[in-house]
Amino acid sequence: MTRPASTKPLSISLKSCAKTFADGTRVLEPLDLDIHAGETLVLLGPSGCGKTTTLRLIAGLEQPDAGGRVLFDGVDVTAQSIELRNVGMVFQSYALFPNMTVAGNVGYGLRIRKLPAAAQRARVAEMLAMMRIEALADRSIDQLSGGQRQRVALARALAVQPRALLLDEPLTALDAQLRDALRVEINQLLRELGITAIYVTHDQAEAMALGDRIIVMSHGRVAQTGTPREIYHQPASHFVAGFIGTMNRLSGEMGANGFVCAAGIVPWYGGHSAADEILFRPEDVRIAEEGEPADLVGSVAAAFFLGDRTRLFVDVGDRQPLVMESTARCTRGVGEQVRLRVDPQGVLDLSSQRGSL
Amino acid sequence: MIYLLLPAAAFFGAFFLLPMCRLFLVGGSGTRGWSAYTAILTDPVYFNALLATLGVAAATTVATLLISAIAGVFLQRHRFPGNALLVSMLTLPLAFPGVVIGFMVIMLAGRQGLIGALTQALGGDKWVFAYSLGGLFMGYVYFSVPRTILTVMSATEKLDHRLEEAARSLGASTWRVVLDVILPGLKPAFISAGAICFATAVGAFGTAFTLAARINVLPMVIYTEFTLSANIAMAAALSFVLGAVTWLVLALARTAAGSTVAAAG
Repeated sequence: MTRPASTKPLSISLKSCAKTFADGTRVLEPLDLDIHAGETLVLLGPSGCGKTTTLRLIAGLEQPDAGGRVLFDGVDVTAQSIELRNVGMVFQSYALFPNMTVAGNVGYGLRIRKLPAAAQRARVAEMLAMMRIEALADRSIDQLSGGQRQRVALARALAVQPRALLLDEPLTALDAQLRDALRVEINQLLRELGITAIYVTHDQAEAMALGDRIIVMSHGRVAQTGTPREIYHQPASHFVAGFIGTMNRLSGEMGANGFVCAAGIVPWYGGHSAADEILFRPEDVRIAEEGEPADLVGSVAAAFFLGDRTRLFVDVGDRQPLVMESTARCTRGVGEQVRLRVDPQGVLDLSSQRGSL
Repeated sequence: MIYLLLPAAAFFGAFFLLPMCRLFLVGGSGTRGWSAYTAILTDPVYFNALLATLGVAAATTVATLLISAIAGVFLQRHRFPGNALLVSMLTLPLAFPGVVIGFMVIMLAGRQGLIGALTQALGGDKWVFAYSLGGLFMGYVYFSVPRTILTVMSATEKLDHRLEEAARSLGASTWRVVLDVILPGLKPAFISAGAICFATAVGAFGTAFTLAARINVLPMVIYTEFTLSANIAMAAALSFVLGAVTWLVLALARTAAGSTVAAAG
């Protein structure tokens, strides 16, 4: 379907790149970052965490504060403006040129590079075919749907064979169903092209699905770097634990047999700890079988039937009810007592991280 | 539904259709009869006045757009001390009647004017162009530039920055960004502001009257025919053509810009 990028994938390094805006706001603390050749790196975090600024530093749309350096394959490009860096950009707002047709948009970078007309036409046709939008070639931009626009934007960014592809919340403006479909497509595309890609999003599901590695950011700092699995199962801080997926928290204290809380004792094999709080995911709790000893006992505070499963909120005498999932056939009603088992492997103690992000 | 059109139809009839029809009929009622209209094309006095009027208006429009585009984009994109004051002062010329503007042109380029004194001091001839089409052009540009700058500024503010960033990421130089992104984005504003500028320059009378003498533009000719020669029919015919030409230009601009003229204007 596609040919691989003709150039070797690019590795990108940021060396102590900080960013302070003219009004004195520090949006990015000094950041060191190595992006491996050919990987898809997701910058994830809430708005204002510095992820877009990081992307714009890599693109060359922003300059780091004095002392910061941006390296492409080890070559310092800090002083190079974006038009010389040869990076493809895809924006949330698509940013397609309204005065050009679809083909005109896709071919724009080739026209700038003064490619022969025949080569331009061939490359545009190839890109339109790759994004499966051949039929739209002569349409004007305002005749396109959101999903089609983002396909055109991808085709335009990739047509010039950029050294890296930078995507700034490319799916945020689309509705949920289209977002899922296009996410799968972008994922396939990035794998096939083997291009180095940096993907900015605030959507943790998107980050999980697309990223080889995820960098979780908060308040201009890196909160955690890791593969999607690491980030999900071994969050380094309360912020990461809370931002990615759902996390249950129980307060209490460590006892001889486990973590003692209001509703029972949660098994703990992690050795000595002074934790006054433990965390675990909804999927690490289940309803105890008949006759099986229970770790926790609580009462159902709310139950939501989701079709394939039932989501239960269980009051265990803590500030927040526990969130857990049960089978679709679960018919427990509000107020009913439930006996719960917690998978000891899923229990986290982040007490040593207290106070950090 | 048709009744909803009534207010518009009444307005259109009372203030546009009726006067224009009357004017058209009066134009054909003089000693020349209907040939008053053909005389505008055949009589060199009228025809040259028509050409001069359209020429000055076209030149004014082009010069105004050129100056305003550069100044407007710059003022919107760059903040400097005094920026706000400068922009607020731009509305000043709009308050001046044509007479005042004519007076200012005379002070600048008249016989005792600044430009004449300056060129003479530099050892050259004394430049005096206030009383010609050049002076008229200068006055119209002075009058039109501020309003056009304001239009360009508000249009520039609405431009999508991401488009420029996208173009640059594809390798476009600053000049190409201006050519491929900024100018096309400002096109509706240019067409709308240009049309108004053109119409104003075609019909403005006060400035021409103040500068007087050798300027032979249509509003002046109409005035002369009407007051001095008492040739009411000819004055009416000229007025009708003046109105028709202005309307034609505005209509063409409106078509070219689609529905955006009204919005940007």
